[in-house]
Amino acid sequence: MSSVPHAEPPPRGNPRRRLSSFFHRHHHVRLGGLLAAPVGWLVIVYLGSLVLLLMAAFWDTEPFTNDVVRHWNLGNFRRIFEQDVYRNVAWRTIKMAGLVTIADAVLAFPIAYYMARVAGPRKRNLLVVAVLTPLFASYLVKAFAWRTMLGEQGLVNWVLGPFGLSAPGDWTSLWLTFTYFWLPFMILPIYAGLERIPNSLLEASADLGGRSVRTFWKVTLPLAFPAVVAGSIFTFSLTLGDYILPGLIADQQFIGTVIYSERSSGLPVAAAFAMVPIAVMTVYLLVARRLGAFKAL
Amino acid sequence: MLLRLGTGLTLAFIYLPLLVIAIYAFNENISQTWPIEHYTTKWFRVAWEDESVRSALLLSVKAALGATAIALLLGMLASLAVARYSFFGRETISFLVILPIALPGIITGLALQATILNVFQPLGITFSIWTIIIGHATFCIVVVYNNAVARLRRVSGSLEEASADLGADSWQTFRYVTFPQMRTALLAGGLLAFALSFDEVIVTIFTSGAQQTLPIWMFTNFGRPRELPIVNVVALFVIIASIVPVWIAQRVTVEPHGTTGGRG
Repeated sequence: MSSVPHAEPPPRGNPRRRLSSFFHRHHHVRLGGLLAAPVGWLVIVYLGSLVLLLMAAFWDTEPFTNDVVRHWNLGNFRRIFEQDVYRNVAWRTIKMAGLVTIADAVLAFPIAYYMARVAGPRKRNLLVVAVLTPLFASYLVKAFAWRTMLGEQGLVNWVLGPFGLSAPGDWTSLWLTFTYFWLPFMILPIYAGLERIPNSLLEASADLGGRSVRTFWKVTLPLAFPAVVAGSIFTFSLTLGDYILPGLIADQQFIGTVIYSERSSGLPVAAAFAMVPIAVMTVYLLVARRLGAFKAL
Repeated sequence: MLLRLGTGLTLAFIYLPLLVIAIYAFNENISQTWPIEHYTTKWFRVAWEDESVRSALLLSVKAALGATAIALLLGMLASLAVARYSFFGRETISFLVILPIALPGIITGLALQATILNVFQPLGITFSIWTIIIGHATFCIVVVYNNAVARLRRVSGSLEEASADLGADSWQTFRYVTFPQMRTALLAGGLLAFALSFDEVIVTIFTSGAQQTLPIWMFTNFGRPRELPIVNVVALFVIIASIVPVWIAQRVTVEPHGTTGGRG
């Protein structure tokens, strides 16, 4: 009969092992250790900066040196609400954000649907990569590309010329550019949302007598709606805060450009006006959450 | 099929501007007319010999490497915490990590600049490559984090428990079990973070002071008609420099059964 091998006592001894056992028994400490660096960084560097910005909105500027004077008051906010120009700019930006969102939703849906429900797995992967890659191609390169194409002697005029048309005006050009920029942000959530719809639901609808258009209208679209809202968060927010494209393409003042130009004459006013897009997006996010967008992200 | 046509058109729409700019890099003429009359490669040499372009390129590369390193470390730590433990506030961590990329860039940029001007400068720290790196790292964390968490969720923790059962301590488990599983996800996250940092401009404008990264160089030269040919070349380079890492990252994390999630 072969002898049963002893169970060797677990190796103790070296400090590393003891430290590791300590962490194993007190795994909250290990968890804290893991989280300390990233959370510390984000809270101190990022949240701290945001809080500073929020506080700065209540401060003043020294008129001659443009230094920030920590004199707490509501003057900046009063100025924003009273002067028409701020209100006009804000409305203009919100309007554009809405138009861009609608355009992107309409453009994104066909390709997202194709990717989610028609294409085979290999093609689907390829398409995901194809849609994702330009997201990382430089923002500025795309901005430059559009400005070049929409220019007096650019591509767009060249294409439309023979038809007697000319390049679209400032507002339309900007709308087109924004739509282009944020399109991948709308495609991907809609694609993910459509992919999640179980086939069984669509089959059930067909079994109950619904033809494809009806099924699409009554089943697919409502189920995909939260995903559309999720995508809209990006298109809306990105348009709301953009400070480069409006000046570059349309030479117009939007919320972003105003904040950007105000920042050199005084952080407090810029910070106060920056509260506007933050407030708008907070409301938007709350509504979006109600509509189920967060589950679709 | 109509759907296939729509998809093709949308894809064409997405890639057209990039192709147009790539073609413009070979345009002989200084003015940006279309169609292009003469093609040349001379602007590539001119761009390379431009001192400001080269130093901007160097700064961009250094900043991207620094930001990627920090993002890899912090993203990996955070992902390990979130994917392998359940604790109070876990969703808040996810929210916190995403926030820098979710808020409009101008808010992030303005906030960081406020900190630099009002907190760092009184302490004697001014705009430098480190302010750029700090800004970039903050929103690159999420890119690494997302990839790592997705991978950790797909690979269950039972292997780590088995490793512990077999007598490995935490460091050994991490080194021999967890990390190898995460490696390609971290690589992908790192490549994406690099690409993101390399062509970032929206927040960098606020955190760079007088320095010029490559995108900032482009931005300042948009309004200089004589420099536009060089801008075209730089643009082409930036397109390639961002597409290549992203493409590699995708190949490295290709999922064996197509995309996640099933149907039906």
